[in-house]
Amino acid sequence: MDFSSFRPVEAAVTLSVIWIGLGGAGLAFARAPRVVTDWVFPAGAAVALALALTGLWAMNAPVSTAVLPAGLPDLPFHVRVDPLSGFFLLLLGGVSFGISLFSAGYFRGSGDSSVGLMSLQYHVFLASMGFVLIADDAYLFMVVWESMALSSYFLVTAEHHSEQNRKAGFIYLLVAHLGAISILLSFGVLHGGHGDYTFDALRRAELSSFWATIAFVLAFFGFGAKAGMLPLHVWLPEAHPAAPSPVSALMSGVMLKTAIYGMVRVIYDLIGGIRWEWGLTVLLFGAATSLFGVLFALMQHDLKRLLAYHSVENIGIILIGIGLSMVFLGSGHPVAAVLGLIAGLYHTLNHAVFKGLLFLGAGAILKSTGLRNLNEMGGLIRYLPHTALYFLIGALAISALPPLNGFVSEWLTFQASLQAPLLESSVVRSLVPIVAAVLALSGALTGMCFVKVYGVAFLGQHRHELAETPREASRWERAGMLWLAAACFALGLLPVFMIGQLNNVSQALIKAGLPDEAMASGWLWLVPTSSAQASYSPIVFLLVIAAVFALTYLVVRQVYHGRLRRSDPWDCGFPAQTSRMEDTADGFGQPIRQIFAPVYLIHREIPRADDPRPVFKQEIEDRHWNAIYSPIARFAEFLSGHIGKVQQGRISVYLLYSFLTLIALLVFAQ
Amino acid sequence: MKQASGIIFQVLQSVLVVLIAPLVLGWVNQCRAWLQNRSGPGVWQPYRVLNKLFHKDAVLAHDASLLFRSTPYILFGCMWLAVGIVPVLATSLPFAPAADVIALVGLFALARVFVSLAGMDIGTSFGTLGARREMMIGFLAEPAMLMTLFTASLISHSTSLPTIVDTLGHGELVIYPSMAFAAVAFVMVLLAENARIPIDNPSTHLELTMIHEAMILEYSARHLALVEWATSLKLTAYITIGFAIFVPWGIAQAGDWEGLLIAFAVLLVKLALAGAGLALLETVSAKMRIFRAPEFLGTAFMLATLGMLIHFLLEA
Amino acid sequence: MPSLPLWSQLINLLAALLLLLAFAMLTQRRVLSLIRLFAAQGFVLALSTLVVAYTTNQPDLYMSVAVTFGLKVLALPWFLHWLIRKLNVQWDIETVINIPVQMLVGIVLVIFAFNLAAPISEIAGTITKSTLGIAIASILLSFLMMIARRKAVSQVIGFLAMENGLFFAATSATYGMPLVVELGILFDVLVGTLVFGVFFFQIRETFESLDIHHLEKLKDR
Repeated sequence: MDFSSFRPVEAAVTLSVIWIGLGGAGLAFARAPRVVTDWVFPAGAAVALALALTGLWAMNAPVSTAVLPAGLPDLPFHVRVDPLSGFFLLLLGGVSFGISLFSAGYFRGSGDSSVGLMSLQYHVFLASMGFVLIADDAYLFMVVWESMALSSYFLVTAEHHSEQNRKAGFIYLLVAHLGAISILLSFGVLHGGHGDYTFDALRRAELSSFWATIAFVLAFFGFGAKAGMLPLHVWLPEAHPAAPSPVSALMSGVMLKTAIYGMVRVIYDLIGGIRWEWGLTVLLFGAATSLFGVLFALMQHDLKRLLAYHSVENIGIILIGIGLSMVFLGSGHPVAAVLGLIAGLYHTLNHAVFKGLLFLGAGAILKSTGLRNLNEMGGLIRYLPHTALYFLIGALAISALPPLNGFVSEWLTFQASLQAPLLESSVVRSLVPIVAAVLALSGALTGMCFVKVYGVAFLGQHRHELAETPREASRWERAGMLWLAAACFALGLLPVFMIGQLNNVSQALIKAGLPDEAMASGWLWLVPTSSAQASYSPIVFLLVIAAVFALTYLVVRQVYHGRLRRSDPWDCGFPAQTSRMEDTADGFGQPIRQIFAPVYLIHREIPRADDPRPVFKQEIEDRHWNAIYSPIARFAEFLSGHIGKVQQGRISVYLLYSFLTLIALLVFAQ
Repeated sequence: MKQASGIIFQVLQSVLVVLIAPLVLGWVNQCRAWLQNRSGPGVWQPYRVLNKLFHKDAVLAHDASLLFRSTPYILFGCMWLAVGIVPVLATSLPFAPAADVIALVGLFALARVFVSLAGMDIGTSFGTLGARREMMIGFLAEPAMLMTLFTASLISHSTSLPTIVDTLGHGELVIYPSMAFAAVAFVMVLLAENARIPIDNPSTHLELTMIHEAMILEYSARHLALVEWATSLKLTAYITIGFAIFVPWGIAQAGDWEGLLIAFAVLLVKLALAGAGLALLETVSAKMRIFRAPEFLGTAFMLATLGMLIHFLLEA
Repeated sequence: MPSLPLWSQLINLLAALLLLLAFAMLTQRRVLSLIRLFAAQGFVLALSTLVVAYTTNQPDLYMSVAVTFGLKVLALPWFLHWLIRKLNVQWDIETVINIPVQMLVGIVLVIFAFNLAAPISEIAGTITKSTLGIAIASILLSFLMMIARRKAVSQVIGFLAMENGLFFAATSATYGMPLVVELGILFDVLVGTLVFGVFFFQIRETFESLDIHHLEKLKDR
């Protein structure tokens, strides 16, 4: 790699290496945790910002490649930065900037030397994700994919004293490795036994339709396992809550997106020649995942588990966008495919931003109050006003409400699905409206879930007597959340800019872009195809609502009056209002539990009528454990039990094994 | 000149509709009274109620947050925007491209989320009850509405309301069976979202049977006035969306002043008929048990999806 | 998109109404509303046959319109009303599968029926070729209704609705059947309903209820 020309690829590599360096520095200063939190994490944040700018640069610059002076003698590491990597680098850098700022405040005050170790794992995690996005050969890709999994495993089990965390880490590592094997096999199929392992060679490989489909299936499931797609999602609700909150934000916000990057890279770029059947598969899995995720999220009362299930849902939505794009591409409609791809990628960015924000908010609550269970929170808006404001922005964004960013990507996905009349196959044409209906349903259910979360956690009376008055989050933490909240607004109010950038990505990937009329309407109006067909202006939205707000406020005060007095709540005349009279999180979700009862596996313990100390317990379980994972686990145990018989424990038997092997080698060496 | 007249039309439409929305509500209530053989309070009653409420002092609970206090204004702003976007009197208004049907549904969802949060704000059991039930109705009503609007969008190849009105109203007269399904689903959603019988009784005083009213129990004076006004605006907005899609004749083009007068007259006639029809529907139905409401809305959702399917399979 | 002539559109509309009524029957819990919906379906059927008769100038179809109207809108619903009054069964119907699941399965059946009818619709030459799918769909939906119900009267109504669908298929694909065949089918339906009526009285006497699950007691072991 030579530094004479400074291109995006040099910048990306340098920044990722600096991250590793910072991690090491954090470990070196482990005895002085204040140095780590006050210098190392903010420095990491600065690197993140630089990486984001590099990504933005890369989306508008020509493709740059390099060969690193690392790796094996015959298999050096290749790196490449093109618009697709640039977009994901922007995502990684932008979101981790906010998260690193937050971590600078969050890890302060934990006092012990684990901060140094955590800083090492954290920055190595960031660096591995950076390298995943720029890797240009299968070898480097697998190495950094693995290091990403390992470093996040250590972060997940950071509080390893709890057995639940250890279990969560184990499941996480297991599914991550299953996915990695699948990805490796997919690369193997693409490699086909000749040429080297660089992505260029894999790209040029000519595959028969059968092998291409095999490669697609392997890649889809491998990356899907990492992304948290049904039915390989079971690790997500266990692992994300177990990790410290900034790490959960990073995992949900960024790591899942590297899996989406992998999927897009391998399927669109390396395999190419997309068939519509593949797109239909992606579409259906995406729809099922999104509905399933949100239904289970509604049943949770642990805030972080709830947010983890929402990540599952949003991955489903991203897959719907990408699936639509693949279906259109496979049927020969590239312009509609562009719309679907842009919708999916935009949602990727949006989800990273608002999910990161929500997890950081959950972390701030956890730090101030020590509470994670929604049923114990309440009235926090009075003690944590800033956190409440940022969390509200995150909640509105994830519920896909205008004028924030979540709405823009859902809008684009709906517009893509409305291009369905272009398709010829009547089966697919009938399925696309059903998928659009499922998308609408999950969006509406998300709104319900976040009314529940926000209402139960921040509004109302507090349900739990707290030992001390909660204090608002520190300045670093607020800064991180402010950055992400501002990003929600920016991506929501000015979507045209990002869509222009995504147009570059789509041009590079599938050699097609949005029609010229779309980009010509200026920054105020979002027009994906033509203004007679659809348009949306979030700024007008916000301005009109704000103007009416202000006008009404002033006019009412002018014409009538603005007198106000405070008193006890009316509550229809009930005199004694306690905090036990308001809905808990489970209570709020009861209608959904009743309507969708067959989806869940509900275990209930109802006390008898004459029980002196009645206790009601209800547990919602995921059917996938019983249906898929337990049988596989039992089978694996059965097999290993039998294979274990090989280990006799007697030395003479082991000597016999060596003897037999020697004989076999002698026979075959002839 | 076209710009200026467009803006005048826009302002005129918004102001006009905001002013006559309580009249629509009053008319519906009056029709209901006549059908039930009562003499009723008169069509101008909502205006008197608003005036009375604005005069009162606002009483807020000690714990009411800023969210609670700003929600009525946000609601009012959302509904104002909604009636500005729907081509009530004229198409091709300057604000119309600001939102298409999907954004319109999103706007209603925004209003619903804010009012539910306000219901949960004080922490009374009725507020949370209302919020929970409202979201339960909303999570099915919103997709059903979206699917209904998509059926219209698929026929006119556009999600932009002015284009839909132009295609369906000024194009050749074609009978679309998918619109039959969509129309039934739309009426069901209208009843649900505007808290009319058979989902919710707007004039009940029994808290355990309330959905919408329960969320706004703690509001008083000008806040309550704004919420009530926003409710009547929402009803008017839904009715005019129904007109725009199913009965689009009579809507003027922007800049056409005679057309505007005709459009206004046609609008009044349509509103009167729709109001009477709504009152009739409410009188012949009984309020459902709360858990029949998701079934009702599920049926609307399925009908709307079926409408879209019929479009694909029969008409394209 | 070139639009079809007015008559085709009318037939399409009536076909859609037929499907709507078939779906509505899936969701009804009460017998009275089922009978009313069945009568409405008969009316829509008569109307569509009338339109086909007018546009294709087949005077014998007018006869068929009259018979349909007389039988399905007037006679059969009256008989069913009399039956349920005699049996005293104006109650809520319990369904075997719950209603949202039924509607989901219904939608799948509709997609299936349309895909089935698509190749036939291509080659058919009548003005009503796209409605064959709807006819097949309403037959399947009525069958679903029969499967999902517990009380005997609603199963009969499902059977009759199925016959409605068959009739519609005949008019849409082949401009009606020969009059003799049609009269034969209609008489079969009439007699069948009468026989059902007699059976219901017997079932009620034996089991004190019209819940067909009681018939399972007639098994050997």
